[in-house]
Amino acid sequence: MNDILLHVGFGHFLVLAAVLFAIGVAGVLLRRNALIVMMSIELMLNAANITIVTFARMHHDLNGLSFALIVIAVAAAEIAVGLAILIAVFRGRRHVDVDRLNTLKY
Amino acid sequence: MSTLYLIPAFPLGGALFNLLLGRKMPRWMVHFVAVASVAASFGVVLWTFANPLWHLFAGRQEGQPVELVQNLYTWIQVGDLKIEMAFRLDTLSAVMCLIITGVGTLIHIYSTGYMAEEPRYAAYFGYLNLFTGSMLILVLGANLPVMFIGWEGVGVCSYLLIGFWFTNEAYATAGRKAFIVNRIGDFAFLIGMFLMYMATKDLGSTSLDFATFRDPAAQTAYTASSWFGERYAMWACLFLFIGACGKSAQIPLYVWLPDAMAGPTPVSALIHAATMVTAGVYMVARMSWVFAASSTTMAIVAGIGALTALTAAFMAFAQTDLKRVLAYSTVSQLGFMFVGVGTGNWTAAIFHLGTHAFFKAGLFLGAGSVMHAMSGSGDIMKMGGLRKRLPITHATFLIFCLAISGIFPFAGFFSKDEILAGAWGMSLPDVPRAYAYVLWGALSLAALGTAFYMWRLYFLVFHGEIRADQETQDHIHESPWSMTFPLIVLAVLATVAGVIGFPHLHAWHMPSLLHGLEIWLEPSVTGSMVSQATDLRTGALIGAATLMGVAGIVAAYVLYRHGPSKQVEQFTSTELGNRLYQASKHKLWVDEIYDSAFIRPFRWLARALFELVDRFLIDTVLVGGSAWVVSLFGRLMRWVQNGQVQRYMVGVILGAAAVFFLSGRAARPAIEWRKVGDRIELRAYAGAGLQGNGARLRWDLTGDGEWDLKPEALDRLSKPRKPGEPPHQIEPEKDYLSDPVIVRHNGSVGPYVRLEIIDPLTHKARVVQAYVPMVVSLSGTETQP
Repeated sequence: MNDILLHVGFGHFLVLAAVLFAIGVAGVLLRRNALIVMMSIELMLNAANITIVTFARMHHDLNGLSFALIVIAVAAAEIAVGLAILIAVFRGRRHVDVDRLNTLKY
Repeated sequence: MSTLYLIPAFPLGGALFNLLLGRKMPRWMVHFVAVASVAASFGVVLWTFANPLWHLFAGRQEGQPVELVQNLYTWIQVGDLKIEMAFRLDTLSAVMCLIITGVGTLIHIYSTGYMAEEPRYAAYFGYLNLFTGSMLILVLGANLPVMFIGWEGVGVCSYLLIGFWFTNEAYATAGRKAFIVNRIGDFAFLIGMFLMYMATKDLGSTSLDFATFRDPAAQTAYTASSWFGERYAMWACLFLFIGACGKSAQIPLYVWLPDAMAGPTPVSALIHAATMVTAGVYMVARMSWVFAASSTTMAIVAGIGALTALTAAFMAFAQTDLKRVLAYSTVSQLGFMFVGVGTGNWTAAIFHLGTHAFFKAGLFLGAGSVMHAMSGSGDIMKMGGLRKRLPITHATFLIFCLAISGIFPFAGFFSKDEILAGAWGMSLPDVPRAYAYVLWGALSLAALGTAFYMWRLYFLVFHGEIRADQETQDHIHESPWSMTFPLIVLAVLATVAGVIGFPHLHAWHMPSLLHGLEIWLEPSVTGSMVSQATDLRTGALIGAATLMGVAGIVAAYVLYRHGPSKQVEQFTSTELGNRLYQASKHKLWVDEIYDSAFIRPFRWLARALFELVDRFLIDTVLVGGSAWVVSLFGRLMRWVQNGQVQRYMVGVILGAAAVFFLSGRAARPAIEWRKVGDRIELRAYAGAGLQGNGARLRWDLTGDGEWDLKPEALDRLSKPRKPGEPPHQIEPEKDYLSDPVIVRHNGSVGPYVRLEIIDPLTHKARVVQAYVPMVVSLSGTETQP
């Protein structure tokens, strides 16, 4: 047990990122609540961030870290706009169920 | 001469005017244009005939053609085939043109009276003009293709005019029948035309011009042996003759003509006399040089003609419709003409064509006049006693009947006698004499029949008591002058036209006018093939022919002078009589035979093709099938494209996964090697991506069948074991040589190198072997493994 904790390597970070990303994908695909879908998207973005940071560390390259910072900023902006839209939708509809938000389809 | 084109141009112009503008024009304008255009054409023919052509004729040289040619432009030029749009007026086509435009003018005049009540007046006259114009093109055409224009043109016009009252289904059918039967003949005509092209192209002449057919050099081509040892001429003429059978209503393609009476009566007169049916006879006479080159064809032509003459005469016996009797008589008389051309008796055939045009046009116009009086009915059983009510019609009809029966001195006497004498005197090479007697016998019987049924018709219509109902009787009236005038003119012609074709009698010296037609036609047809006759034979044949005519008339007089005959009824009530009567009445069931032999199988075929190709293949499989496939994909796509982003996302993710999986697979194992100095570098390709990177490799560089070990593993193996130490285990992961790039000294590798790649996902091992040929030993000498 100690062994694992002491020997955390790049592989562990990458696996963690992959698991987070998979969870994010599953959330985006399966959940119908738009808020949770957006949270899942955040999860995917952050999984990507972990990967980027890991590789930056791996290659001793600071470009990767700055790239991760840009991703965080963009994600914040995106979530702000997304939440604004969701709130606007919720005010009109009293729900944010993506299956029922299908007016534009017709 | 430059005026030739005017001859067909006038009627065609009239047709154009009437068909395009006629509906908006007053009636007098319509028929004025129609009659004037044909009359103008007649005038041009007369002028050309009297001036340039006559001068040429008067100054003719022996063996030289007497002709006026006008070349309008080159119509078709393909390869060495060059066909001119050219007209030729020689003595033969001049005679034809005179008949067509002359009789045509009379029929046009007659139509103004007969069709006075017709609502589609302009269309009628337009078609009539078109008909005349087409026939003039046919006659004037200087080569076969130009003739074919007219040949097709009259076919179309006959369809238009026979089916003129197309609201009556039977009439429309008759029009279609005429067209289809004619098309069969036209097809054969085309084949004949192609064969003529084949026959003459080796002579350097590829214009299909009639002038080239009479070229003596061409004769060798005609008589050249072709398929089945027959001559070229035989095949070409046979097909051309089938075409003529279609147009000129000979067995087996005569069936359309009796039905052609569905058209207005003047149209029947035009078809039967001036245009259309004479085309076949004219064509054979026109091609006389070619036909004369094959006795076989000549015998066939004459035989078909005689058979048709006899059969049609028999069929006419029991017909009760005025026009139908006349129609069969036309078929029969055309048979006479074909015997004329078939026995090489060209002049007689054209002579009979001319006289027949006069009296047959007259008979039809007379019949029209009678039907006009009888409120449109043509049933001769309901007529009778019209002699006093229709004096002019009766008088002219009598003359025509005398003429067609061959009674002296009417025109038919001379022309029919010429043909009969020619049949007796036939002297075709390689054809037995007996054939001539058979032809003569058949024609004599047909002549007897002709006289009988024509006079039966005459007596039933004009003599005895009137059998019509009271209402019809009240309306009987003589026709207006526009109808009687043509009848009178034709009656005069039918009386006097015979003088230009007197029989040859050595005892008398006759002025040349009496053989005018023969002398006139001499430059345009090949020499007559009838043997010289003694005066005695000529006289005897004349006597026999006259006897036949008189016998027929007397028989008809005895049986029918008071109307329908009791003796005949008694005869037809016996078994034999009834059979004969039924056979004649039903026209020997030819229509029924054709129906079951050709039309029905053809319909079945059409039906089958319709069901199979149209309904099944096109409608169901191609049209319905493609729609079904599209809708199938549409339904599938609709499931995917439901407007939910999340479902699209599934596609994106599955696609991305597929891309990763496929691009990252372990590759088929491959080895690349090269020499670098005194070393050899071997490179393994395990594939790209995660799986490629994760693939495990094993090398066997020495080719000894064992996987090579890493040096440290070898080290370990070679170390002496300490006591108690377990034997060294080789771990596949660690101890085998597993680098993708291996560099070795030249001599320590090969010649066979093996590589194993194990897929990290499936654990499937794949092995590849490479041959490294240039193996240099450490001492530097090269060895070839």
